[in-house]
Amino acid sequence: MEFIDNGINELYIDVLKEIGNIGTGNAISALAMMIGKRIDMKVPTVKMIDIKEVPDILGGADIPIVGILLNLEGDLEGFILFVLSQSSAHVLVNMLFGKNLNGYEEFGDMEKSALSEVGNILAGAYLTALSKLTNLTMIQSVPQLAEDMAGAILSFPAIQFGETGETALYIETEIFESDNTIIADFFLIPTIESYKKMLKALGVA
Amino acid sequence: MIETTIIKVGMADLNIAKSPNALTTLGLGSCVGVCLYDSRNKVAGMVHVMLPNSRDVRNNLNPAKFADTGIPLLITMMENVGADKKYIVAKLAGGAQMFNVSRHEFMNIGKRNVDASKEVLSSLSIRIVAEDTGGNYGRTITLYSEDGRLEIKTIGMGIKII
Repeated sequence: MEFIDNGINELYIDVLKEIGNIGTGNAISALAMMIGKRIDMKVPTVKMIDIKEVPDILGGADIPIVGILLNLEGDLEGFILFVLSQSSAHVLVNMLFGKNLNGYEEFGDMEKSALSEVGNILAGAYLTALSKLTNLTMIQSVPQLAEDMAGAILSFPAIQFGETGETALYIETEIFESDNTIIADFFLIPTIESYKKMLKALGVA
Repeated sequence: MIETTIIKVGMADLNIAKSPNALTTLGLGSCVGVCLYDSRNKVAGMVHVMLPNSRDVRNNLNPAKFADTGIPLLITMMENVGADKKYIVAKLAGGAQMFNVSRHEFMNIGKRNVDASKEVLSSLSIRIVAEDTGGNYGRTITLYSEDGRLEIKTIGMGIKII
């Protein structure tokens, strides 16, 4: 991933913006259908930060967060990782189960599996957008969920990006249901080979 | 009573402390916290290693990011404030695998970081006196320069000292 070796790869940022816009739109339509309520979103933003700051994007390296990882296979290989603060994860779970949105209960298997399913839906929506842009096909694995310290979960993308540069890229999505906000950050982490393939499919390189 | 100042070590970062101060790194996952300590001179050092080897990577401007460059640099920094290499011993923490991506064995970067750190320490003749590595959970670690104890906090498994 020569993501950022020679300055910033504008094209890659554009791709992320595009899949952020299309993908998030599709994903929230799917979510709204699931819960039978209207959901709004802000225009997703692509963030580019120094890898050293990655552990702190959700407010501190030692605070507990939720991470959902999916493997990508097919024409493009790599990983997709979603991360959510505990509070966002709780709002989302309560929304899905029709509970009081500010309630805070430990996640059981049901809640974890619901969060994984949301990860699946979001990943599917993003990948559909990416497929349309590149004409490449890929499939996603069953999601894995981890609840742990932010720094620990975010060491995964930090290391992947760190192998090739000093900068990491991710999409920040904010969705709303009435007064409640859920912020989810999304990392697309192609392998080096796949990154090259992706740029080629987009007509560069 | 002299107060202990706790100095934060970020990702791909390193620092040293003299007694009574301490060094901490928050939320270690697959990275490894290499903790060095000279008990004679009460000098501690910590490097937050992200990747095993600077030679595998083209972008290797930050020596603290890699085991092979971070550990020797840390020793030099400790020596500069009065540590003596022959008294330095090591403790290791971290190197977890946060997600199961075992289909790609080389992807177990946590283990690779631990192995590389051990190799570098061995090549420098530094003895490893304790370690808490592996698993699939995060660790917050604090190294106290007054006695070299390493405190390890996890979510759900409490605190231990090695």
